[in-house]
Amino acid sequence: MSDSQGCSHGGLCGGKGKETMKAGVWITNPVAIQVLGICSALAVTTTLMNSLVMSLALTFVCIGSNLFVSLLRDVTPRRIRMIAEVAIIATFVIIFDLLLKAFYFEMSEQLGPYVGLIITNCIIMGRAEAFALQNPPAVSMLDGLANGIGYTIVLCAVGFFRELLGAGQLFGITIFETTSKGGWYPQNVVMILAPGAFITLGFLIALYNYMSGANDPDKEATS
Amino acid sequence: MTDVMSDVSPWAILIAAIFTSNILLTNFLGMCSFLACSRQVGTAVGLGTAVIFVMVCTTAINWCIYTYALVPQELDHLWFIIAIAVIAAFVQFVEMFVERFSPKLYHALGIFLPLITVNCAILGASLLMITRHYGFWQSMAFGLGGGLGWMLAIVLIAGLRQKMTYSDVPQPFKGVAIVMIITGIMAMIFMGFAGMVKI
Repeated sequence: MSDSQGCSHGGLCGGKGKETMKAGVWITNPVAIQVLGICSALAVTTTLMNSLVMSLALTFVCIGSNLFVSLLRDVTPRRIRMIAEVAIIATFVIIFDLLLKAFYFEMSEQLGPYVGLIITNCIIMGRAEAFALQNPPAVSMLDGLANGIGYTIVLCAVGFFRELLGAGQLFGITIFETTSKGGWYPQNVVMILAPGAFITLGFLIALYNYMSGANDPDKEATS
Repeated sequence: MTDVMSDVSPWAILIAAIFTSNILLTNFLGMCSFLACSRQVGTAVGLGTAVIFVMVCTTAINWCIYTYALVPQELDHLWFIIAIAVIAAFVQFVEMFVERFSPKLYHALGIFLPLITVNCAILGASLLMITRHYGFWQSMAFGLGGGLGWMLAIVLIAGLRQKMTYSDVPQPFKGVAIVMIITGIMAMIFMGFAGMVKI
C-alpha cells in the first residue's frame, strides 16, 4: 500500500514508475514476500516450459485487469467492486484460455484447470484492490507487469530446480543423463511429485529471506 | 480425454479426495488461506468447516448449471465466469449467515471469510469435476471429500504450527518457509495412502 501514496495526484506518476517496478519485482515480490498465488506456483512447475507459459498467462491477465480496473475506478460503486473486478479478471482469463487452446493445445491440456484458476489467483485480485483502484491506468499496467515479472522469476526458479533434479532435463533437453537411460544421474522422482514442490518453494523463500534480510522478528506479523 | 461419464463409484471418489489425491497436498488448491489461517487449531477448524459447506453446495449448484444450462446452449466458454459468480454469491450468503448466528466465529475468521471466494480450492473443485467428467453424485462426493481433505490438512498443519512456536527454527526459515517444508513432508506422508483406492 505504501507505494501508492501520493500517486493519485500527478498525471502518469512520472517518478513512480521505477519504484513501482522495483517493488513488484523484488521488494514486495508477490510470491516470496506476500505469499500470494502459491497454488499455481506449486502445481504447474513440474517443467520449466510449463512455468514459463503459466507466468506469461498471469502477466497478461494482471496487466489487462489492472488496466481496466484502473480505467473504471471512478465509475465503479464501492459495494460491487469485488464482483466487477472478478468479472474483468475472468474475461481476461477466458481470452488467454481460448488463445492457448487455439495455438498451443498440448500446453493447454497439461495446465488443465490451472489456467482457469488464475481467476482466483490472489496476486491479481490483490493488485487490483491495492493498486489499480487508487492509481491511473498507465502506472497500474506497469504495476501489473512488475508483479508478473516477480511471479515469473519465482516460478521459473522453482521450475528450474524441479525439472533439473526430477527429470534431469531443462526445457525437455537432457542435462543430466539419468540412470534409467544408462547415465549417471539417479532420478529424484519426489521432485516432480507434490512434496518436491512444497520443499523447493520453502527453500527458495528461505534463500530469499537470507539474501534480502527480510525476516526480522518485527516483520514476523506480516508473513 | 473423452466425453463419456467417468464410472468410478462415488465412495471411491470420496475416499480418494480425502486421502490419496488430497486437494491441498496433491493439487495445491487453497494454499493462500491455508498459509494465512493455520496458526491456531480453532481458526483452522472454523475455516475448514466453512470450506466443506461452501464446496459441497457450490459443486452441486455449478454442476447443475453446467450440465443443464451451459452445455445445451453451447455456452461452455462462459464456464469460468459463471462458476466464479455462483461461488461469490454463495460466499456472500454464508458470510451473512455466520455473522448472524455465530459472531464469535465471524470475528475469529475476520477478513478470511470473504477470501473463500478467492480460495482456489472451491473454484478448483468445480473446474476439476468438469474436467474429470463426473456425474452428479460423483461431483457431490468429490466436493465433500475435497472439503474434508482440505480441512484435515489445515488442522494437522495448524497443530504442528502451534507446537512449532517453541522450536528453534533458523532465522531465514521462520514463517512461511518452514511451513512449506513441513507441508511437503506432510504431502510425502499422504503419498503413503496411494494405491488405497483406484480412481
